[in-house]
Amino acid sequence: MKILLVTEQREGKFNKVSFETLAAAQQIVQHTKGSLIGLVIGKGVAPLADELAGSHLDEVLLVEHDLLEKYTPDGFSLALRQVIESTKPDLVLLPHTYQVRDFAPKLAASTGKGMIGDCIGYRYENGKLIFVRQMFQGRTAADVVFAGDPPWIASFQASAFRADLVTKHASGKAPVKAVSVDLKPEQIRTKPLELFREAKQAVDLTQAPILVSIGRGIKAPENIPMAEKLAKLLSGEICASRPICDEGWLPMERQIGSSGQTVAPKLYLALGISGAIQHVVGMKGSRTIAAINKDQNAPIFEVADYGVVGDLFEIVPAIIEELEKSK
Amino acid sequence: MKIGVCVKQVPAKDAPLAIVEGGAWIRESDIGFETNEPDSYALEEALRLKEKHGGEVVAISMGPERAKQTIKEALAKGADRGIHIPDDQFYKLDPLGSARSIAAAIKAENFDLILTGLQSDDQGFGQTGVLLAELLGRPHATIIMAIEVTDSRMKLKRELEAGWFQWVELPLPAVLSIQSGINKPRYATLKGIMAAKKKEIAIVQRASLGVPDAPTQHVERIYVPHKAKQTEFITGQPKEIAAKLIEKLKHEARVL
Repeated sequence: MKILLVTEQREGKFNKVSFETLAAAQQIVQHTKGSLIGLVIGKGVAPLADELAGSHLDEVLLVEHDLLEKYTPDGFSLALRQVIESTKPDLVLLPHTYQVRDFAPKLAASTGKGMIGDCIGYRYENGKLIFVRQMFQGRTAADVVFAGDPPWIASFQASAFRADLVTKHASGKAPVKAVSVDLKPEQIRTKPLELFREAKQAVDLTQAPILVSIGRGIKAPENIPMAEKLAKLLSGEICASRPICDEGWLPMERQIGSSGQTVAPKLYLALGISGAIQHVVGMKGSRTIAAINKDQNAPIFEVADYGVVGDLFEIVPAIIEELEKSK
Repeated sequence: MKIGVCVKQVPAKDAPLAIVEGGAWIRESDIGFETNEPDSYALEEALRLKEKHGGEVVAISMGPERAKQTIKEALAKGADRGIHIPDDQFYKLDPLGSARSIAAAIKAENFDLILTGLQSDDQGFGQTGVLLAELLGRPHATIIMAIEVTDSRMKLKRELEAGWFQWVELPLPAVLSIQSGINKPRYATLKGIMAAKKKEIAIVQRASLGVPDAPTQHVERIYVPHKAKQTEFITGQPKEIAAKLIEKLKHEARVL
């Protein structure tokens, strides 16, 4: 199987999920026997192609164009489609980032193909490549296979594979080949403007040793002081899953997950959080995870060291009382 | 402005999920369904754009007969009419198959703007908006947190990862996937519910659309995920649980 790995970079730096996906690609190539081609796309990204070539792959393609300096879905789809047509890979792998979900389905559809997005793993069984992704917000997993002829396009979720398992090139470096693509300004319908960050983050959750995190199970903003009290007693910070911040019950800067912060505290105490993948990718590196949830099948229990199935409005006050007693 | 908004009906958030034997899908009998939450943000944004710029909002849904309820809710909130693409086997469609069906069903409407939610809370493919754009030959942008319309262009705030945002400009007509949290979706009023009864829901049969049926991918089975970690469950009365948990965190995990 010939695999094309499309990396992602922003302002001259690789996105970490690129290397996690490279690790996945290296593992798949070992099973399926074949070749692995890396790809770097942008403008002025030759140093990144050189960096990628130090990994164990057969070749690195460098796709540069003035119109690829800033990301646009039109520019990236058109350019990658040309590369896919000339390179003829069986499988195109991408990191499942916000950028990839913005263009990869379009790229696939423009060649009449489908994309299996947001995969968390794969299995290779009897010559068949099976992709594993989540459904129902992580409450079920699904085995998905491609139908029809290649090229097939798939993306892997952040933290699905370990970047530190990427193997180095055996004899120095893989060859880097520049590939030219034909793009015209009138083909690019999006005009990208400035990148920016909202108001400075007042709290750096990545530095907090203990985090008390709340999800939908907290039910109403009136219940948040209870969680805040617990956080204070534990000398920790309060944070939340996305729906709580969407509701405006806690500020956006306290959001953990793919669109918020990624944390790895000593203790992560999840209250009423179901554990959708978008949240879990932001906290699964925590040293100890304790979760309280009324649903014993909540996916948060897949990553929890300690689990309590029950009513957080009974259990949290009891914990607070216990902590106050021992003060 | 003529706006189409795609709304999907999904199992209710607190519905207990049971998987059918063989893992083809979940058992749909006995559970409640509701409008996919991310789509309610797209609907709200469509209604606000209409209030600001005038025009029409059309709620589009594909799915079994029960999906009509989701269209009715959109009409009650203020959408002007609905398009239902009935399909009892909707869950079997791959993302491209769904998008091809919707694109074929709405092509003649020539919407100025098509909005979708970011993803569905059931299958979670998160591809419909981007695919509709490609199939209808429109530009698109995803994960949108603000929309400013000026003449035939839009200025959009896109969310990127880790707290970053970007402004982008797009010409109309276009397709946008709306990020959850962009607005506060309204509730239907009694007046709205009454008014909805008179609004039209057009039925477009999927079989009549001439969409290729060959899927690009196939869900072999769904199942309860294998546990990555051995979770120690703590049981008892709340007081006992609290004491045990603190004890474990202090002396076993040593994190307190």
